[in-house]
Amino acid sequence: MTSLRSITLATLTKDIRLEWRSRDAINSMLFFSLLVVVIFSFSFDPNAEESREIAGGLIWVAFLFAAVVALNQTWARELRNQVLDAYRVSPAPANALFLAKALGNFILVSVLEAVMAPLFTIFYNLRALGPAWQLIPVALLGTWALVVNGTFFAAMSLRTRSREIMLPLLLFPISIPAVQSMVEATRIILAGDASARFWIVLLLTYDVVFTTACLALFETILQAE
Amino acid sequence: MSPSATTALRAPIISVSNLVKQFGRFAALRGVSAEFDLGKLHVILGDNGAGKTTLLRALAGLAHPTRGTVAILGKSPQEACREIGYMAHPSLLYDEMSGMENLRYFARLYDIAGDERCEQVIRSVRLDPGLARPVGQYSQGMRQRMSLARAILHDPRILLLDEPFSNVDAHSAREMVALLKAMRDAGKTIFVVTHQAALLEGVADEFVWMQAGQIVERTPGLTPGSSQAGAQ
Amino acid sequence: MKRAFPILAAVTAVLLAYAFYEAIWFAPMERTMGDVQRIFYYHVPSAWTAFLLFTVNLVASVIYLIRRNAKADAVALVSAEVGVVFCTVVLVTGPIWARPVWGIWWTWDIRLTTTLVLWLIYVSYLVLRRFSDSSQTPKLAAVLAIFGALDVPLVYFSIWFFRTQHPQPVIGGGGSIDPRMLHVLLINWLAFSCFAFLVCWARYRLEWMQREVDEIEALESLQGVTR
Repeated sequence: MTSLRSITLATLTKDIRLEWRSRDAINSMLFFSLLVVVIFSFSFDPNAEESREIAGGLIWVAFLFAAVVALNQTWARELRNQVLDAYRVSPAPANALFLAKALGNFILVSVLEAVMAPLFTIFYNLRALGPAWQLIPVALLGTWALVVNGTFFAAMSLRTRSREIMLPLLLFPISIPAVQSMVEATRIILAGDASARFWIVLLLTYDVVFTTACLALFETILQAE
Repeated sequence: MSPSATTALRAPIISVSNLVKQFGRFAALRGVSAEFDLGKLHVILGDNGAGKTTLLRALAGLAHPTRGTVAILGKSPQEACREIGYMAHPSLLYDEMSGMENLRYFARLYDIAGDERCEQVIRSVRLDPGLARPVGQYSQGMRQRMSLARAILHDPRILLLDEPFSNVDAHSAREMVALLKAMRDAGKTIFVVTHQAALLEGVADEFVWMQAGQIVERTPGLTPGSSQAGAQ
Repeated sequence: MKRAFPILAAVTAVLLAYAFYEAIWFAPMERTMGDVQRIFYYHVPSAWTAFLLFTVNLVASVIYLIRRNAKADAVALVSAEVGVVFCTVVLVTGPIWARPVWGIWWTWDIRLTTTLVLWLIYVSYLVLRRFSDSSQTPKLAAVLAIFGALDVPLVYFSIWFFRTQHPQPVIGGGGSIDPRMLHVLLINWLAFSCFAFLVCWARYRLEWMQREVDEIEALESLQGVTR
């Protein structure tokens, strides 16, 4: 267990250090996120009365697109010099690699969301009529739902042609219940007319189920050759 | 001849039995059976597509056989992973980190603590542990030597090297050959896949000739046809 | 075994013809919807057949992961392909039925939506199978099938709750069903199941032969090229 924790941490810090050195991936993703928010604002006129109703959906769809951009580069560095082979022949547990990558993506996507959310709030004049603090568990659980499966399917896509399109193709259908939960929860919290508890619980269930599935099956797909 | 009877009578070995690796309509390995002694340097030769790399990857546990078995010291390659060091033509290193940073990370994967082992291994391939330049800016010779350092970091008993001398300058190549000779003399088992077999003439213990996914001959010297009855 | 196939084919043809007759003539006219309702006898049995096939796919996928049995993988592929076809029938007949009766093409009806998500998951399954290198495909596809199976209950719950918040018309209505209609429904389901089995069997034999040809070709190609 200590080996899992220490290798996960070592891999995560290595990834953060590498990303910090070049910073080009995160810079382009930040700009992409900004573009998504602006385009959505043009497409769905934020002055309309219904904006509070649809904002929940818009925000999460925007996050989903930004997340896909981030997820597609998850394994880019490991692919470049076949570093993944070095990991596979080592005694290090496959799950340590998965957790490190998933956590790294979680941090990355959270940063993108932290940039996009205030922009949405500004452009759409959003104000939460319900308990705003509940948006935090929704954001955390929802982001993890996208990232855990996204990291897993990104690894699956390594073994396929058309890698970049394969990831969203696999991710979107499986993510439907999670996305619906995020959207509904956000809408309810902003509108303040009901309880978002069911959706938060469903998100939690989704996260538990799929984190378990990913941890159980990651070794299988990592070693598939 | 059952495998268990054979291994009970002899010292532990590396063996493959009826190894088949199929990729769709192409079979890279078509029923390879062989036993390799420990403590020897085996060079694997053959044309492109002969199956050399696939055989090496099967020994490393990277390519799972469609049929057949691989036994490293009586265990599967996954179980024997601490005894195996693997090196290929791509460097298996992160371009953006220095050599020492790379090895520090891989040392964590093998539960090796501290910097001493990393520094020692980098020095053994005649590189400078203090070099802060990222590996991506190394020359090919330096990169291959650093990749070799990564492969021997955990002091494996068995080394699997795929095209280690490819695009490497003559000086670096000679350094690597000398290092391989020293490791073989110290008791390590080494497999080298290469098109530049002449570099290892006089150092290698045997040359394994492959063609069309099978081993066609095994010779002590670099001339085909000079084999004993060991051809499989 | 070879003789059984034509016999089954003949039986299936008879069943399908009989089921058609029952659905179009024998079944009683529905009170409010009229003849349009008869599409129900194609919509519902297709859904049950699709779910059955996807269950077969899940079981075969799990067996493959545990035992690495190539036949299990072939069964998984075949059941997914035929399942997607029946699922498509459900998704097409649903709106065709809904439009004249309720005036809308689509409703986020729980069964229809779950079917849509299942269809999406299994189409992505088939795309994955096509786009991956054939030596890894069985493992990847089996893993995806398991993810899909884990997803379905979550999809069902999320739509169920969504519907309690936003009620919408239910296609295919709940409530009791006339016993004569039930009889026609079951006959059609039997006919569809036999037909699905027949198609799966034929496809399985085709797939297995293709794999054997690939293997022979792989092992024997370049045999003539020697030193």
